[in-house]
Amino acid sequence: MNGIVKENPTFVLLLGMCPTLGTTSSAINGMGMGLATMFVLICSNIAISLIKNLVPDMVRIPIFVVVIASFVTLLQMIMQAFVPGLYATLGLFIPLIVVNCILLGRAEAFAAKNNPIASLFDGLGMGLGFTLALTILGSVRELLGTGKIFDITILPEQYGMLIFVLAPGAFIALGFLIAIVNKLKKA
Amino acid sequence: MKKLESSLKNMAIVLTTVSVVAGGLLGYVNELTKEPIEQANSKALSEAIKIVVPAFDNNPAAQPDTIEIGGNKYVVYKATKNGEFVGAAVESSANGFGGKLTVLVGFDKNGNIIDYSLLSHSETPGLGSKANEWFKKGNKGNIVGMNPGEKALTVSKDGGQVDAITASTITSRAFLLAVNNAYAAYSGQNTDANSGASQQVEASESETEDADSASNNEITNKK
Repeated sequence: MNGIVKENPTFVLLLGMCPTLGTTSSAINGMGMGLATMFVLICSNIAISLIKNLVPDMVRIPIFVVVIASFVTLLQMIMQAFVPGLYATLGLFIPLIVVNCILLGRAEAFAAKNNPIASLFDGLGMGLGFTLALTILGSVRELLGTGKIFDITILPEQYGMLIFVLAPGAFIALGFLIAIVNKLKKA
Repeated sequence: MKKLESSLKNMAIVLTTVSVVAGGLLGYVNELTKEPIEQANSKALSEAIKIVVPAFDNNPAAQPDTIEIGGNKYVVYKATKNGEFVGAAVESSANGFGGKLTVLVGFDKNGNIIDYSLLSHSETPGLGSKANEWFKKGNKGNIVGMNPGEKALTVSKDGGQVDAITASTITSRAFLLAVNNAYAAYSGQNTDANSGASQQVEASESETEDADSASNNEITNKK
């Protein structure tokens, strides 16, 4: 359960920056991306720890990538079939999960060395940490950018600073959030 | 259990097995989700058609006409009531700020815009993504009731009659281009539906092609 705060993949390990910056333009997008990643992370962690002894060391990376990519594609098809609304907003970002280094990082650093139960909880913890980080970042950007959180208006729209919805705002907001997390960790 | 050695034979066997299992699993799920995906898509489409065209009693989604103009594909869903043509919904797309923007535009039989529905887009949230409401009736950029056949729709910045979305002129231009192109495809269809003569279709198609490339040029010039 280290993933949620102490080893938070986004704020501490700084893994998976590409989807973090790209998908957090609103709180709901961030949360959806986090949950989707958590699903894939748990599945791939379990699958990899189950087959870890059957995988020769030299080809482990390609095999991990095949496993992760399969779960991502599964998720994409299932979402498209049963939650088309959510798929419409997140569809673009789902394939991006494949290249999220959290997945490969956890597969390599944890699942390949531990049993399936421990890997499940590792995936859950890391996934929750990622979801939490993305939701916070998305909320901050949405609030500063458009005055809303989860589409609920908090500040009148004219006070919004457009830059926070755009890419530079992602870097600025993330930088401040990391600074806050570092400060809290020291205290 | 001991870890498998990294011999060539082992690597080949394991990689092949993993790929085959993954492929099989994906194929199975693909079969399983194919139908729900189609249903979800056609449901979304027919709901969108219901919004954008006048009351009809046929099933427009069942008989789409695909038209190609200038390399772009347009899908026209014709709506009829008691066998009479009342309007059509046209699916059209253009390149917006963040990528492809697809819109379903409804025209009545005179070519006036009834309503539209943004089917898919990847515009910036909070900016260009407002296009799903901005151009609707009662909002600032209202295009309902306008007829692109009389005058192509352009944003006020380009001397046109439509207010662009604040800070999203590129999205607005792309949206209006998609609407104009939809009209071009629609007018080609409309002639076809009324006359049923094949020569006229050819004539009107080349006509719309001109209109299409003209509006395309306009956009590029103004960039």
